[in-house]
Amino acid sequence: MTATRTQRLPGFRLGVIGGVCLVLLALIGMVYAFNQREIVSGVISMGQTLLVFTSAFIAYMAVKRTPSRSAGPMLAAGVTAGLVMAAMLVLLILLGKTVNMRQVFINASPALFNLLLFYQENIWTGIGLMLLSGALIGLLTGLLFLVPNLWRHALITGICSLAVVGMLQDLIAPIIGTWGPLAVLADWLFSGNGLSPGGAVGLFCAVAAATAIWSAKRQAVGRRVQAMQPGPKRNLKLAAILAAAVVLLILPHALGLFLSEVMTIVGLYVLLGLGLNIVVGFAGLLDLGYVAFFAIGSYTVAILTSPELGFFSLTFWQALPFAVLLGIIAGVMLGIPVLKMRGDYLAIATLGFGEIIRILVLSDALRPWLGGAQGIGKITKARIGDFEFASPQEVYYLLLAGCILVGFISWRLRDSRLGRAWMAMREDEDVAQAMGINLVATKLLAFATGAGFSALSGAIFASKIGSVYPHSFNVMISINIICVIIVGGMGSMPGVVVGAIALVGLPELLREFAEYRLLVYGAALVAMMLLKPEGLWPEATHKRELHDAMETAPPPAAGAPAAPPG
Amino acid sequence: MLKNLRERMSPTDIVMWSIGGLLLVLIVWGSASTIVKGTYSARHWVDFVIFGLAQGSVYALIAMGYTMVYGVLRMINFAHSEVFMSGPYTAYFFAAYFHRSGLLESHPVISLVLVFIVSMATSTLIAVLLERIAYRPLRGAPRLVPLITAIGASFFLQYVFRGLYGSGFQAYPVVTALEGHFSLGPIRVLKFQALVIVAAGLLMVALYQFTQRTRLGKALRSVSEDKEASALMGIDVDRMISMTFMIGGAAAGAAGVLYAIMFKQVHFFMGFIPGIKAFTAAVLGGIGNIPGAMLGGIFLGLVESVGPSLFLDGLGIVAPYQLKDAIAFTMLVLVLIFRPSGILGERLAVTKA
Repeated sequence: MTATRTQRLPGFRLGVIGGVCLVLLALIGMVYAFNQREIVSGVISMGQTLLVFTSAFIAYMAVKRTPSRSAGPMLAAGVTAGLVMAAMLVLLILLGKTVNMRQVFINASPALFNLLLFYQENIWTGIGLMLLSGALIGLLTGLLFLVPNLWRHALITGICSLAVVGMLQDLIAPIIGTWGPLAVLADWLFSGNGLSPGGAVGLFCAVAAATAIWSAKRQAVGRRVQAMQPGPKRNLKLAAILAAAVVLLILPHALGLFLSEVMTIVGLYVLLGLGLNIVVGFAGLLDLGYVAFFAIGSYTVAILTSPELGFFSLTFWQALPFAVLLGIIAGVMLGIPVLKMRGDYLAIATLGFGEIIRILVLSDALRPWLGGAQGIGKITKARIGDFEFASPQEVYYLLLAGCILVGFISWRLRDSRLGRAWMAMREDEDVAQAMGINLVATKLLAFATGAGFSALSGAIFASKIGSVYPHSFNVMISINIICVIIVGGMGSMPGVVVGAIALVGLPELLREFAEYRLLVYGAALVAMMLLKPEGLWPEATHKRELHDAMETAPPPAAGAPAAPPG
Repeated sequence: MLKNLRERMSPTDIVMWSIGGLLLVLIVWGSASTIVKGTYSARHWVDFVIFGLAQGSVYALIAMGYTMVYGVLRMINFAHSEVFMSGPYTAYFFAAYFHRSGLLESHPVISLVLVFIVSMATSTLIAVLLERIAYRPLRGAPRLVPLITAIGASFFLQYVFRGLYGSGFQAYPVVTALEGHFSLGPIRVLKFQALVIVAAGLLMVALYQFTQRTRLGKALRSVSEDKEASALMGIDVDRMISMTFMIGGAAAGAAGVLYAIMFKQVHFFMGFIPGIKAFTAAVLGGIGNIPGAMLGGIFLGLVESVGPSLFLDGLGIVAPYQLKDAIAFTMLVLVLIFRPSGILGERLAVTKA
């Protein structure tokens, strides 16, 4: 039934879905909150961009799903979808103008409706404009679908780059400003609030042209590199690594204080992610209590170095081995009870462990030793000679060193006998055991290694922040790390870095929209799992397996007759 | 005989059993010394038990949703706590309206029933949409994928409701008819606690009868037993899975109103803690098992409210009530170690998990 309806009015169903999304965006306040910022100064605000991008995406889907491949029906589908979405927003406006919705929906303010009506005095002019722009967006998206691939790619990248640069202007403008002679670029590109119209056109042309050239030449360049002799090829690789190293070393000074702070947070998550990647990604043991080891590392350093408790007063470097060692011991201790559990049960048990540790630390009963809810302060910073790792720009190097060390260890471990045992266990425990792998030792080693890395990360965290509180170690951290690994691609080490940047770094950059950060995060997680479950940078084998599994698994109810029982 | 025992027990088993034994000794010792000390009178204990029963029956209702979804899809529906939150938060606006218009005073039963209906409808709607949009496309994907989806959906729903209704705590209107207490002989029961226990009990009985006695319930159970065979028997599996989410959502919506009546406030983050607890309850009872979830919920509620005073006070621990969650989770871990199939164990724990 739905199929026939879609055919009669292509784009209608998607238009309704899109309309619901737009109304929701307006009602939860995102449109209005984002409206304070302009993307292109005086032309379009961020709130409007949000509406335009959402409706364009839906219209694009509508065009793509049109059964006919000729221009007329496809454009019609796009326009229908656009009009339906606009019409639903109009309904919201009319409803909001007649009834006071604010008692329930706090964001349904007159200001929101003014914005949706394009600030027109006459409500009907505004509604006309709204319907017109809906139809226009639908039409343009339809046209975009009809142009050749290369052009479409270039246009989309160009438009998206405008949105991204406009959104991140507060970060980009000061950075360009410090680049000496290039500083004039910032003045040309940005006005006080948003891109300047001239800068926007320039940026769009530059990005679109670069994309077009790169997509046209990409294959040729790739072939040339492939065809190179081994010698020059190695030189090229070496040069790339060297360049990456130089960039990594000067990065905090090029990017300034705020971005360095963001990078240290990303670095912490990379460290944690690499550790958990061993447990979850290599050995296939789903651990939801991973934050416990992070807490153990932090608290060990805090107790050993802080003068506040006054038990010990070691330096950071003296406390570090204890922290890692204690983490490893805790990993084994918590590993033993859960040796026989599998899958979800393991996840639940580890979740329980993580919470128990947090609650114990928080309790008044252990307060004389662990500080209770007030935590422990005055943790000493790490120092080498006279150099103190205090500011984010300095802590960055500490974390970089940690990441390189941990990355190297886990890279070597992955291809070792132990690493292969982990992976065998991940694929099938029973078969692995039959092949002579000692499951107890292999599992405990995975827990211990992961816990050690996590404790290392915790130790650096404690000295970075200077104080530890039980609230920093809740179950959300464990869940976030799992998400980092899965979004990056399970078992893939570059994936951990990509995942941490995407899930931890990007949200940090959008702090001023803190209210909607987790909303976008959640939606992105769901979308990611629906569209690209293997992750952003998957391991080759894992990707193959996932796609095979999804394709061969029969949909359970495919052949079922539709007669309901009872 | 001893040799036989040594062969069966691995070193890790010995470690585990000794830890378990140690905990048991601690519990017995703590309880004994609390009772000997006599800090709490019999009246206190009765109050603890009734509060535990009320709390536990709310957990049990939420646990229903977890356990049924796990039974059918073998996935932990992390977003169920948001299904639980959505109902009472939406119904709050109706309750507040009834309060303002005086209907809550004059016709408390009618208005409470309306509030329940709104809450259950909202939660059901959210649960069904969740299944349709986020989970259905992922049938047959590896287990971690739906888990992450559920976590994402949980964040998303939390912040959508925060955006819609605001981020503050909303005080649920007080129902005058539920103030005060009954006296059953020497036992004093607060009226709203009695309502919570009775309403939750009725709902659970109804649900249990539904799954055991009706054709639809039978179809549900058959789908959770074996999806493919059910499909061959002419059961529409997709519809049954939707139905599972519907029932779980409705139970969560009802539990939400009861929770709001007990604690007198709603908030967009209110689902998290009861969600985790209810999930613990589902595992305690044996996940996938409906009577198990009821039993696990009530058991958990009782241990949480009686436990800190009983076990920990006697051991001389400061502020034992702060550790009630630790008791809940310790119990969870112990059950998983020593009896992974839960109190009313189903065998799927070993074979399918």
